[in-house]
Amino acid sequence: MTFTVENGFIGKQLPMTRMDLRQTACRVRAKALRAITRAGSGHPGGSLSCADLLVFLYFEWMKPVDEFILSKGHAAPALYAVLAEKGVIKEKELEGLRKPWSRLQGHPNRKTLPLLPVSTGSLGHGLAVGTGIALAKKLDKSPARVFVMLGDGELDEGEVWEALALAGHKNLDNLIAVVDRNNLQLDGRTEEILSLEPLKEKISSFKWAVTECDGHDFESIRRAFSEPHPGRPLCVIARTVKGKGVSFMEGNPAYHGKPLTEEELERALDEIRLC
Amino acid sequence: MRLDSARKAYAEELVRIGEEDERVVVLDADLSSSTGTREFGKMFPDRFFNVGVAEQCLVDVAAGLAVSGKTVFASSFAMFLAGRAFEQVRNTVAHDHLNVKLVATHAGITVGEDGSSHQCVEDLALMRAVPGMRVIAPADPEETRQAVRTAHSEEGPFYLRIPRPKVPVIFDSSHEFRLGKVYVVRDGSDLTIASTGMMLYNSLETANALEKEGYSVRVLHVPTLKPVTKTEIVKAASETGTIFTIEDHNVIGGLGSLVTEIVSKHRPCQVHRFGIPDVFGRSGKHDLLLEEFGLSPDRLRNRIKKILEERV
Repeated sequence: MTFTVENGFIGKQLPMTRMDLRQTACRVRAKALRAITRAGSGHPGGSLSCADLLVFLYFEWMKPVDEFILSKGHAAPALYAVLAEKGVIKEKELEGLRKPWSRLQGHPNRKTLPLLPVSTGSLGHGLAVGTGIALAKKLDKSPARVFVMLGDGELDEGEVWEALALAGHKNLDNLIAVVDRNNLQLDGRTEEILSLEPLKEKISSFKWAVTECDGHDFESIRRAFSEPHPGRPLCVIARTVKGKGVSFMEGNPAYHGKPLTEEELERALDEIRLC
Repeated sequence: MRLDSARKAYAEELVRIGEEDERVVVLDADLSSSTGTREFGKMFPDRFFNVGVAEQCLVDVAAGLAVSGKTVFASSFAMFLAGRAFEQVRNTVAHDHLNVKLVATHAGITVGEDGSSHQCVEDLALMRAVPGMRVIAPADPEETRQAVRTAHSEEGPFYLRIPRPKVPVIFDSSHEFRLGKVYVVRDGSDLTIASTGMMLYNSLETANALEKEGYSVRVLHVPTLKPVTKTEIVKAASETGTIFTIEDHNVIGGLGSLVTEIVSKHRPCQVHRFGIPDVFGRSGKHDLLLEEFGLSPDRLRNRIKKILEERV
């Protein structure tokens, strides 16, 4: 199935200036952090690192026919905050994050939120599912593209490389992977736990077009996604900072899966308001 | 007794369904000449995807095609589909109730000489424990054809279990496979043998042998392990007492467990579970292995007789 403007998944594409995108991303960060603190659990660090990328995709880049999979499903609060900013879900719903009765489950759940193409949360699935959707779009001669956002820690999963191999082999130029390269995973630095570098070369060797960008600079992000990639899937490796936008969270693996206290939240929101 | 291949029946039915319904796509993980999906691939190359030896990817790519409106058949050996890719089946295909039909061949010890690494005797337990999964182990080629058709026509996930060797032909086209139905293949009043999949033939042989020794044996065929209609199982417990379950699967989690779960609630009786006794298999010709594990008609007759005589 395809999600169109009518069901509001992508919503209206409003022309946005760079400043609009920045301010939207600030509001997304604030909403995500508030929701996580209220829930008492969640993944703030990785939600903040991908916030700018999500805002770019949802408010500028994706078309209504396109599909998006948040393969790094633990960044769900950032996705939910973007959907709230879009008006696809009500802002008040964010208060229900991680509650049994809420549509906004701890990880994106298609059963409760049918506008998602697929449920995610267990790492490593999204790119293969996206590959399947991209194959179907080709079969149906649809112009739709499939965007899949992966965490860098997630790349430890073997299934990601199975999907990279298949998508490259099948020349799926309608598939775009985005790696939130924040260099941190749950237990510490990616290069210490299971090194990924040279990541660009590795993914290129799987017959992908690969480009890098600063994942917090909208101009740089736009250039990366504009990269022509005829006959090849595109992978955007976005250099990001875990916890971006809150000084005491930035680059701190302690905030991978730990909510902020009320006091920390206030300090964080003060910093975000200034941006 | 005529032998025929259930895998071939699957392959042929898939081609027929592919001709009728262009939404059908088929996936395999480099075993298409063994599972039989290659036939579909030859007929409909655009709708056939071989993902290489990568079963986790196989299942999630199937999921992606299903969310895009395709009816997907994905095949591999039971070991790799139910085993290797369990988490993809559980967290994506079943969780989102996607239209993916997992058709696992070479199930159970009857895969034979390849030995324990390829003998999946846990798949029924695994698949039965996944919410929303429909689990079918057809007895023979005709029932396989009909089960494949049922899986195609009903929305949502299915797991079909197909053996490697040719199996005795039991049903003709007058057989009507119904999802969840338990078949009374042979009536009797002293005891009941319930089996699933290709073990139906050995069950009938065992029943005939026991009949010659004066026992009246009812035989139930349970092709659907989930969902299952309880009536005939409860009735058998009530009318014949003791039930013997026979399966090419670990005695934990498969048909034996299913029957025990049902009768323990509705009509408690003795249930003796014959299958693989919670051990790994080993290499050998499939009929030799059935003999070794006490699942040949002769061994089954002796095992059942012993239990019945000790009871008296």
